[in-house]
Amino acid sequence: MSKIETSHDDHHDHHHKETFITKWIFSLDHKMISKQYLITGLIMGIVGIAMSLLFRLQLAWPEQSFGIFDVLLGKWATDGVMDPNVYLALVTIHGTIMVFFVLTAGLSGTFSNILIPLQIGARDMASGLLNMFSYWLFFISSALMIASLFVEAGPAAAGWTIYPPLSALPQAQPGSGAGMTLWLLSMAVFIVSGLLAALNYIVTVVNLRTKGMTFTRLPLTIWAFLVTAMIVVVSFPVLLSAALLLIMDRSFGTSFFLSDIFIQGEVLHYQGGSPVLFEHLFWFLGHPEVYIVLLPALGIASEVIATNARKPIFGYRAMVFSILAIAFLSTIVWGHHMFVTGMNPFLGSVFTFTTLLIAIPSAVKAFNYITTLWKGNIQFNPAMLFAIGLVSTFISGGLTGIILGNSALDINLHDTYFVVAHFHLVMGISALYGLFAGVYHWFPKMFRRMMNKNLGYVHFWITAIGAYGVFFPMHFIGMAGLPRRYYTNTNFPYFDDLANINVVITMFALIAGAAQLIFLYNFISSMFYGKKTEQNPWRSNTLEWTAPIKHIHGNWPGKIPHVHRWPYDYSKPGSKEDFIPQNIPLKKGEKELQH
Amino acid sequence: MTIILSLISLILISVAVWQLTKIFELSKPVQSESTGVANDNDNDINGKLMFLFLIFLYALTIFSFFKWGDVILPESASVEGEKTDTLLWFSFSVIFVVQTITQAFLYYFAFKYRGNKKRKAFFFPDSNLLEGVWTVIPAIALAGIILYGLMTWTEIMTIEENDEALVVEIYAQQFNWKARYSGDDGVLGDANVRFLREFGGKNLVGIDPTDPNGEDDVVVQELHLPVDRQVVFRIRSQDVLHSMFMPHFRAQMNAVPGMINQFSFTPNVTTREMRLKKEVVDKVKKINNIRFKKSQELAAKGEFPLDPYEFDFLLLCNKVCGASHYNMQMKIVVETQEEFEDWFDEQVTFKEFIK
Repeated sequence: MSKIETSHDDHHDHHHKETFITKWIFSLDHKMISKQYLITGLIMGIVGIAMSLLFRLQLAWPEQSFGIFDVLLGKWATDGVMDPNVYLALVTIHGTIMVFFVLTAGLSGTFSNILIPLQIGARDMASGLLNMFSYWLFFISSALMIASLFVEAGPAAAGWTIYPPLSALPQAQPGSGAGMTLWLLSMAVFIVSGLLAALNYIVTVVNLRTKGMTFTRLPLTIWAFLVTAMIVVVSFPVLLSAALLLIMDRSFGTSFFLSDIFIQGEVLHYQGGSPVLFEHLFWFLGHPEVYIVLLPALGIASEVIATNARKPIFGYRAMVFSILAIAFLSTIVWGHHMFVTGMNPFLGSVFTFTTLLIAIPSAVKAFNYITTLWKGNIQFNPAMLFAIGLVSTFISGGLTGIILGNSALDINLHDTYFVVAHFHLVMGISALYGLFAGVYHWFPKMFRRMMNKNLGYVHFWITAIGAYGVFFPMHFIGMAGLPRRYYTNTNFPYFDDLANINVVITMFALIAGAAQLIFLYNFISSMFYGKKTEQNPWRSNTLEWTAPIKHIHGNWPGKIPHVHRWPYDYSKPGSKEDFIPQNIPLKKGEKELQH
Repeated sequence: MTIILSLISLILISVAVWQLTKIFELSKPVQSESTGVANDNDNDINGKLMFLFLIFLYALTIFSFFKWGDVILPESASVEGEKTDTLLWFSFSVIFVVQTITQAFLYYFAFKYRGNKKRKAFFFPDSNLLEGVWTVIPAIALAGIILYGLMTWTEIMTIEENDEALVVEIYAQQFNWKARYSGDDGVLGDANVRFLREFGGKNLVGIDPTDPNGEDDVVVQELHLPVDRQVVFRIRSQDVLHSMFMPHFRAQMNAVPGMINQFSFTPNVTTREMRLKKEVVDKVKKINNIRFKKSQELAAKGEFPLDPYEFDFLLLCNKVCGASHYNMQMKIVVETQEEFEDWFDEQVTFKEFIK
């Protein structure tokens, strides 16, 4: 199956001429494309996180004047007081950017690109050209999303879920004009980019594995990227169709999602459509999207935890099966976002059932991570800290999912801050930790230099305290009954006692936000002045560390290494070293475990 | 003031960061050169910090419950809500136990097995027994939660038609709520947004003027409900999505243009009784303290002080609907059947209103 003859690739020599443009801009090389993804994702991340800090200021000190609003928001903050429409716009764009641009493209795009060819032993992606297109489409969609911040009436402001009719009618709110048009265009381009990339990943993993790299010898990172790409292919086209139908409703007078509407003194012509249909289409992507974000992070955590615990990942097969089970279930649970939309209650029961089932493979994964740490020899490199942090927030956030996924309980918690706390912990912070773990771990591979570990430690510990400090108290605000997406709660004296909690949350958010500056400084300065890396700094088993430090086209000079064992032979009895890379043949009499 | 405060905190944070970096730097053996890879010393410090973090997590949990436990919604004021509350606290106790134990294992192992040169990790790639245990136990626990949850859900969502129930239409628009009661005939007149402009804008919820059932309907801006009687809500919206959210009754349903949604519950505590409950009295006292302090600040600036607060049931909008989403509310009054009838008799019917 995987016995691809590798020698025919050898004419992929290293002499052909590269201009500045083919090397740095329109590169076909997966290593360069992964760096492009990472840097674009980080820039979008700065925008997304900065936005969250702005609206956190408004929530802690509502309707007060801030100099920074005056500077950044201009006419949308008269006398430095944030406008309610702008608050909604910030929440909307923060969500969109973090979910799609940072945690989908930034995380999955970066690490699928750098790791798939290097860890399976391939010269490059199956199609370098498609790979380049997918990056540049992502770039265009990022540019469109940023451009939408500057239109006259402001960017999209209907929430990242852009439910019509609010998102369909410019009369309903200013953000539903040109801002929403750009949002839809940007997302349409983004989806095309994501699909091209995903197809490329799948084809590469299935066809280009080196000799000996069977599916049961694939690192868990690759399993995660492969399954993620499959979910992308299944779910993203549905969002594209939803976006196209919404564009039709907005611009061409169709009534897919609209019916019987009276707004601003006028009866509109729409008849027979249903916003609930949009919600179904949106969440058919929207829920799998959670796992598109999370699975790569879990894959990275598996690799980082095994390497740094100097132990095999516990229950490799169970890990693979749980990834597959989560992926399958993720496509049949979308209705749990819609328990109170007026959907048939029986359907609600079905979705409750499927949703809570996801807790089983998730629990298996969490327990396996913990068991991997047991009796390890844990090396606390910065990546390891973030990987352990990920397991922690994955548990804390996942457990409240058992509450929210239960339709009867969701009635009263739906769309409150409890939901905000839940998903930020389980997918936001977890995936962000996955991204950081990945950057710290593979920075030497990508940039040939080491990051400063002490700055990494400080970055982690401040972020860890900040993240729990922000999202743990938020559960209480939700259980007090406060709806999300409220510009302020001062209009309800009933919620006056939440003001203190909001101040505490914002304080922690500012601290955690400031900690990211440490990361940025570390990232940029290490890129240029970091200590030069060794061949295999983390003493890891996977194939990428056998490739030369200096990046070359085709990844390995001469033949691609063959694979003789699974990637988790850490501290194997009978071996002098505590790691045995995958390309080392079995010793005489040595048994391989997984076959 | 806030600028100074934020400046001070920024400076303090920077100092803290600088100090922390220093600690890591100083704690390194002098001779070893930084390679970017963790050494025994880093492992030791970070392992211990892992344990401290576990304590931080527990402390945060205890502190939050102690300090903010009283902001959680008071006991439910509806029959159905009491059932969801039992389910909620049951689920919470399960996840609370799991959270406490798993986090302990995670951080304790991270601390206990922090690496050093002498340690050798234990090669332990698999165990069918363990995998089986932590597949089966969660499966059993979840089966219980799912069954319990679905029974509660079905009970709440099955709305039986009966003559006793009070039928009320909740009508949403940017950015207010209205309620419509059927008159003596017990039937709500047909309605559609296409009738909204008739009678010079006096047809507030678009009642079909040709439907005789609508003539005695009553449209109000404050929701009154009789206690201990089932209420069936018919929920409409005229423009965008809204959500009828009544947290004190554990009730929520979206208002969708072009659709009529339903939800039902039986309020079992009147507003008056609710105001006398201890947890509500305490909460109101706390809120009034906060408001009093704020009022003093406002008065010092020459602005109007805040009114003292008295508890009322609320209907809020819980689906983002535009700029004033955060201020789309309606007061709910739960009262005895007699009080309700007295109030209802004072209201103007649709026929009288459009005259």
